[in-house]
Amino acid sequence: MVDLRVKIHNLFLKNPVMTASGTCGFGEEIADFINLSELGGIVVKGTTLNHREGNAYPRMAETPSGMLNAVGLQNKGVDNFIDNIYPNIKDIDTHFIVNVNGSTIEEYVTVTEKINKLDKISAIELNISCPNVKEGGMSFGVSCQSAEAVVKAVRKVYDKTLIVKLSPNVTNIAEIAKAVEGQGADSVSLINTLLAMAVNAETRKPVLSTITGGLSGPAVKPVALRMVWQVYNAVKIPVIGMGGIMNATDAIEFMLAGASAIQVGTALFIDPTTPVKIVKGISEYMEKHNIQSVDELIGGLQC
Amino acid sequence: MKKTVIDFVLLENKQLNKDNFQLVLQSPILLSDIFPGQFTNVEIKDAKDIFLRRPFSVLDINYQQQTISLLVKILGKGSKKLTETIPGQTVSAIFPLGKSFTLPQKNDKILLIGGGSGVAPMLFLSKICGLNPDYVHILIGAKTKSDHIGISDYKQYGQFYFSTEDGSFGEKGYVTNHSIFTTQIERFDKIYTCGPVLMMKAIGKIAKEKNIFCEVSLENMMACGFGACLCCVEDTKAGHKCVCTDGPVFNVNDLKW
Ligand SMILES: Cc1cc2nc3c(=O)[nH]c(=O)nc-3n(C[C@H](O)[C@H](O)[C@H](O)COP(=O)(O)OP(=O)(O)OC[C@H]3O[C@@H](n4cnc5c(N)ncnc54)[C@H](O)[C@@H]3O)c2cc1C
Ligand SMILES: Cc1cc2nc3c(=O)[nH]c(=O)nc-3n(C[C@H](O)[C@H](O)[C@H](O)COP(=O)(O)O)c2cc1C
Ligand code: FES
Repeated sequence: MVDLRVKIHNLFLKNPVMTASGTCGFGEEIADFINLSELGGIVVKGTTLNHREGNAYPRMAETPSGMLNAVGLQNKGVDNFIDNIYPNIKDIDTHFIVNVNGSTIEEYVTVTEKINKLDKISAIELNISCPNVKEGGMSFGVSCQSAEAVVKAVRKVYDKTLIVKLSPNVTNIAEIAKAVEGQGADSVSLINTLLAMAVNAETRKPVLSTITGGLSGPAVKPVALRMVWQVYNAVKIPVIGMGGIMNATDAIEFMLAGASAIQVGTALFIDPTTPVKIVKGISEYMEKHNIQSVDELIGGLQC
Repeated sequence: MKKTVIDFVLLENKQLNKDNFQLVLQSPILLSDIFPGQFTNVEIKDAKDIFLRRPFSVLDINYQQQTISLLVKILGKGSKKLTETIPGQTVSAIFPLGKSFTLPQKNDKILLIGGGSGVAPMLFLSKICGLNPDYVHILIGAKTKSDHIGISDYKQYGQFYFSTEDGSFGEKGYVTNHSIFTTQIERFDKIYTCGPVLMMKAIGKIAKEKNIFCEVSLENMMACGFGACLCCVEDTKAGHKCVCTDGPVFNVNDLKW
């Protein structure tokens, strides 16, 4: 038996495979297809202080080997999560990680304080990288100062594992990663979607109601891999990698580039059973290559 | 039935006219009840530039043989590729998805209106609604005669009416210009429709004016089809609703039309 367990700060995952925020709700949408307790973790959809309707339809465009979305953090707010979702998920045998969002630092702090009180939630993923909202979101993640400010404020009120989700829409992602590490982040996850656009030549109109949106799927994988590798080399905290992971080989590539764990997003839309296939595929790879523990894979790239 | 990713095997691929094909798919697992309006999200294999699945309504189900049928109209590259599938090949589909139309009550007189790729759920509904065929009226609209598919298998379930925009078959004009709307619309208890949005909006408007129960089936762009991505939303009176899980069938009074 190979050992698939990984540790992200104080978060012990039974395996390195999680689902990415915004791509499977609170897990319930994929529970018909897979046993959630086979996952290392589930990052729930982006949560804000108040209910958000999200952006207008159309919010999606199919692109070569990927898609654009402009959902815009549609969610029912943190209190709804606490009252109506948390009671149903708290006893499922996997880690639920809340993806925390805000348009102001105060909002990030308030949402975090509320989540901090939930026993069974042992980590948050601070999303400073959503390209689909007008205020806050990505604007916090694109400069070292603003990223530092929000992480610093949240760190003060959060004593469990703090993961900060980074935006790829920056010149030097390693700098941002170092900045948030300096403010006490326990881990960084990357990448969020790449700011992108689709045009309909026939109608001469943008495809999305918001004109621009976020690109995800295999199209972004090489960019994501490069960024994971750069960040891994720049920080000491564990890195969680994602961006276009469709199968176990993709996941292993991210781990070799430095990811301690990985998240699966867009792939779920095509095959919601992908994460369990990846778990199986990783252990088969380890057996084949005679690797006892996934720790040996992490950052194992031989340059 | 739990939503499942099923590897169906194509049993039959029948070309109905230039752009419409009927695909019969054999399921390797036991299929449970499925109703008109529900759909399946189909993987398009080996097609350049196609990344996402494509949603198709269920046209029919055969519980003895464990098969489902789809009516696929060629619209773009994905639907085209799907119609090129040959018997024996596997077709991966997520099944069953969405909510069905509200089935009529015993003495309801119903009007079913289909256009374009929206014909499938209307034919399915006519077949399984269980009403006296005198109470089931089906209006199908198309651009021209050759766009209409044969409906001989369904004739026994109700009375059919046709329209074409160029007048080559049935009454001339849009579906909503059909005389059924001027001569007998009041007699219907329920109207069901699936097709182009403009058509459904026009029908919804008439239904509202006449105060007739009306359900429409929307075809918003989907990524997942099972409620995970929140891409397919319709702006309803109760806020954004997912067409793939809260719909695709909606009561017209709940929409902001
Ligand atoms: C619930 C539902 C039931 C449907 N039932 C049927 C049916 O029974 N028979 C049938 O022929 N068609 C049906 N459709 C429409 C069918 O999904 C589209 O015709 C098909 O996706 C087009 O794909 P394409 O690659 O050929 O077109 P593309 O070349 O990709 O695009 C052409 C047009 O197809 C539509 N479309 C493309 N992708 C999607 C998508 N992922 N989701 C929704 N619409 C899309 C868009 O309007 C687009 O402008 C249904 C759609 C929905 C949402
Ligand atoms: C429809 C959709 C919604 C998303 N919503 C969120 C979100 O709420 N919060 C967040 O941090 N990331 C969100 N993301 C980004 C993903 O979590 C992930 O970072 C990105 O899609 C790259 O991974 P992938 O290529 O595997 O999808 C969303 C992505 C998609 C496609
Ligand atoms: S298509 Fe993904 S939620 Fe409806």
